[in-house]
Amino acid sequence: MGELMETRKLDARIPSGPIEDQWDKLRFEMKLVNPANRRKHKIIVVGAGLAGAAASATLGQQGYHVHCFSYHDTPRRAHSIAAQGGINAAKNYRNDGDSIDRLFKDTVKGGDFRAREANVYRLAQISVHIIDQCVAQGVPFAREYGGLLDTRSFGGVQVQRTFYARGQTGQQLLLGAYQALQEQVAAGTVTMHTRCELVDVVIVDGRARGIITRNLMTGELERHAADVVVLATGGYSNAFYLSTNAKASNCTAIWRAHRRGALFGNPCYTQIHPTCIPLSSEYQSKLTLMSESLRNDGRVWVPKRKADHRPAKDIPENERDYYLENRYPSFGNLVPRDVASRNAKEVCDEGRGVGPHGQGVYLDFADAIHRLGLPTVRDKYGNLFEIYQRITGEDAYEVPMRIYPAPHYTMGGLWVDYHLMTTITGLFAGGEANFSDHGANRLGASALMQGLADGYFVLPYTVPDYIASNPLEAVSVSHPAFAAAEADVKDRFRALLSVKGKRSPDSFHKELGRIVWDECGMARSDAGLRKALEEIPRLREEFWHDLRVVGGMEELNQALEKANRVSDFLELAELMCRDALDRAESCGGHFRVESQTPDGEAKRDDANFSYVAAWEWTGRSETPPLHKEPLAFEHVPLSQRSYK
Amino acid sequence: MNLTLRIWRQLNTKASGGFATYRVKDVQPDMSFLEMLDVVNEELIARDEEPIAFDSDCREGICGTCSLTVNGEAHGPDHPGAACELYMRKFRDRETIVVEPFRVKSFPVIKDLVVDRSALDRIVQAGGFISARAGSAPEANSVPVPKHDADLSMEAAACIGCGACAAACPNASAMLFTAAKVSHLALLPQGEPERTRRVVSMVQAMDAEGFGNCTNTYECEAVCPAEISASFIAKLNREYSKASLRRSAGE
Repeated sequence: MGELMETRKLDARIPSGPIEDQWDKLRFEMKLVNPANRRKHKIIVVGAGLAGAAASATLGQQGYHVHCFSYHDTPRRAHSIAAQGGINAAKNYRNDGDSIDRLFKDTVKGGDFRAREANVYRLAQISVHIIDQCVAQGVPFAREYGGLLDTRSFGGVQVQRTFYARGQTGQQLLLGAYQALQEQVAAGTVTMHTRCELVDVVIVDGRARGIITRNLMTGELERHAADVVVLATGGYSNAFYLSTNAKASNCTAIWRAHRRGALFGNPCYTQIHPTCIPLSSEYQSKLTLMSESLRNDGRVWVPKRKADHRPAKDIPENERDYYLENRYPSFGNLVPRDVASRNAKEVCDEGRGVGPHGQGVYLDFADAIHRLGLPTVRDKYGNLFEIYQRITGEDAYEVPMRIYPAPHYTMGGLWVDYHLMTTITGLFAGGEANFSDHGANRLGASALMQGLADGYFVLPYTVPDYIASNPLEAVSVSHPAFAAAEADVKDRFRALLSVKGKRSPDSFHKELGRIVWDECGMARSDAGLRKALEEIPRLREEFWHDLRVVGGMEELNQALEKANRVSDFLELAELMCRDALDRAESCGGHFRVESQTPDGEAKRDDANFSYVAAWEWTGRSETPPLHKEPLAFEHVPLSQRSYK
Repeated sequence: MNLTLRIWRQLNTKASGGFATYRVKDVQPDMSFLEMLDVVNEELIARDEEPIAFDSDCREGICGTCSLTVNGEAHGPDHPGAACELYMRKFRDRETIVVEPFRVKSFPVIKDLVVDRSALDRIVQAGGFISARAGSAPEANSVPVPKHDADLSMEAAACIGCGACAAACPNASAMLFTAAKVSHLALLPQGEPERTRRVVSMVQAMDAEGFGNCTNTYECEAVCPAEISASFIAKLNREYSKASLRRSAGE
């Protein structure tokens, strides 16, 4: 790789003073750009999901000259669209005791004390403005008969703070941001580049000053220069191959930035969602999430006996194990996501899983139908039962649903400071692409909140402040740094095309996913992670010796796109395992089997691991340097979670 | 199941395309249609042939990326649902399946089954939004919206922007797409200030992109994965007439 960066000391740049005043104080101290000068400043935003579209639209409204990039055919396809449940906000419309302070504390606790307090507090403060903004844009949130906004409870919290638009909240919020973005495209402040994928970040004199992209229709490599680069490119759950993420979701943008010097924060923090439809065939290309709300009425069970292949209806009550109700009497089927997922894995590992591959547990509605009546159950969950039937061909009113956990969100991502700037000066990261806010576990309905907070209300302050505070001399794409980056990229593509081996990109991706799922999934062990750390470099070696990509570079070539993304997953997966190995404690979604309480629950080790792990890229095979940002909890007292 | 596929292959926008025939063996009924295409592509790669280019992303019917016409129907025979929600159990053993891209003049073929639907973005750019700067919004509950209006607005807003409506229409009309956006925003009080301007310029943009007009064949409604009702087209017509009258009256 080209220029080696000297990484900065990890200064989170948290403003001084009481936590309630930090964001206001910073906003007051920020430098401003004269409205007449704003159009002279070019800002690159990569990604057009909630964070990217919202940031592009808002910076465009302010008068900056924004270039927004998406690998989709239109920005409305970003994976934010698939979020179902809702968006949290501390509006306290229910008068049920919610407040900014409570949302803040719930989020810090939910993240198992591994998030930065100052960021989380700001997120809770901003949450209320997001709802105002979305309503003004015409997001059709659910309403009560009086015409005011409806809310519901979500993810096991004690207040009803989740706003929703049917089961399509992500879709409606994204379309709101997309429409705002299209308005700015029409106004000429935003230039949209669709079917255009980032393949490198360009650094000039220690600052991010542009990107190299590949036009997916023509295969052409293009150079783009700017004053600032913002990455809002989503998460990396597809490192597992099978996940609930869309097929194209990938880590290339954040990984290439990491290779150019951006530290990667907490790569091992991934979230495995407990209620997904299990794998049905070896050809399966992705997993489908079923709303968590199903656990409100469904009862989770497996047979008591191993390898019991009788149909569910033939297994008598006394031979069923309602394991969540038995182990966690007070929360029962409503334990948090990580606990539900881990227990499902355990019973399946014991050989008590159900379904064709033994990788599933029952979610049974028979009692609910008996208690509430079929029409009520149909009203509440009808559309989910339909999805289930379409995919599995089974009628869940007659036979119990089968569910199994699946990867669906990554809390880890590029390390950013309070301004959302990475360790590369002038490179910002928003939404799921950064590591901030959710700690080791994300609460339900908080992903949409964070994506929009970053996009509408944080980046539109911190990016202009950066522009106003720094002398940014004009840089042209003819600068040698652009040529060097483009040459690096071209070499990499040529290398992918010239292996001419026998195996397809997908076959490598599947094999990688299997390793990551087995060893860096719901339960991680020292021995398993060490094994994965041998297997992944071996697989990467094989990739570069036996890959086959048919077709050329100067055309639409989906196999080449995949190969390029898989080559990055093969590197990131290794870092995920290294981070998981280093963190010899259990916390949130990261369960280390060596660190559990006598009754098998996750045991945190605050004395040794109360830090953000920020990894540096060296390109060499030994363990890369680890930088630590210590975490202090001054407002939420440390406590161990218990759901017994 | 063993199947014969006739798939549209086209090198690029300028090239003329044609059908290629592929035989697939041992297709499992639980596979999705796109997973079946994945398998065909893996076999093509193994034979050193170029895989079939097709668009898909979320594979759960919400992103709207799918653009396949299967056996002459936009998104295939299992309505309502996008092509990614189509499963092989809907087909019979030894069946011949014909796969083409969406066929609309305003959606040029880029390669094989991949089409360019940027015309739909340009219709939205013409006015499919409510202008509301971030930071300027009033308190969310300051404007009540009757539940019925909000629910109806949500029904229209559920459009996934796939373009199947235009692909299914004998006139290649994008009226259902445009009607859904116009109705979504016109049903909300927040959409009121731009209501007249919006509908007029969106209809103009739709015409400028070369889409045809509605002649009430209801094919759009029949294939719509989001079950958008054709009655929204009637609403679009009302909105457009009212706006035109107001304009000609000099308002």
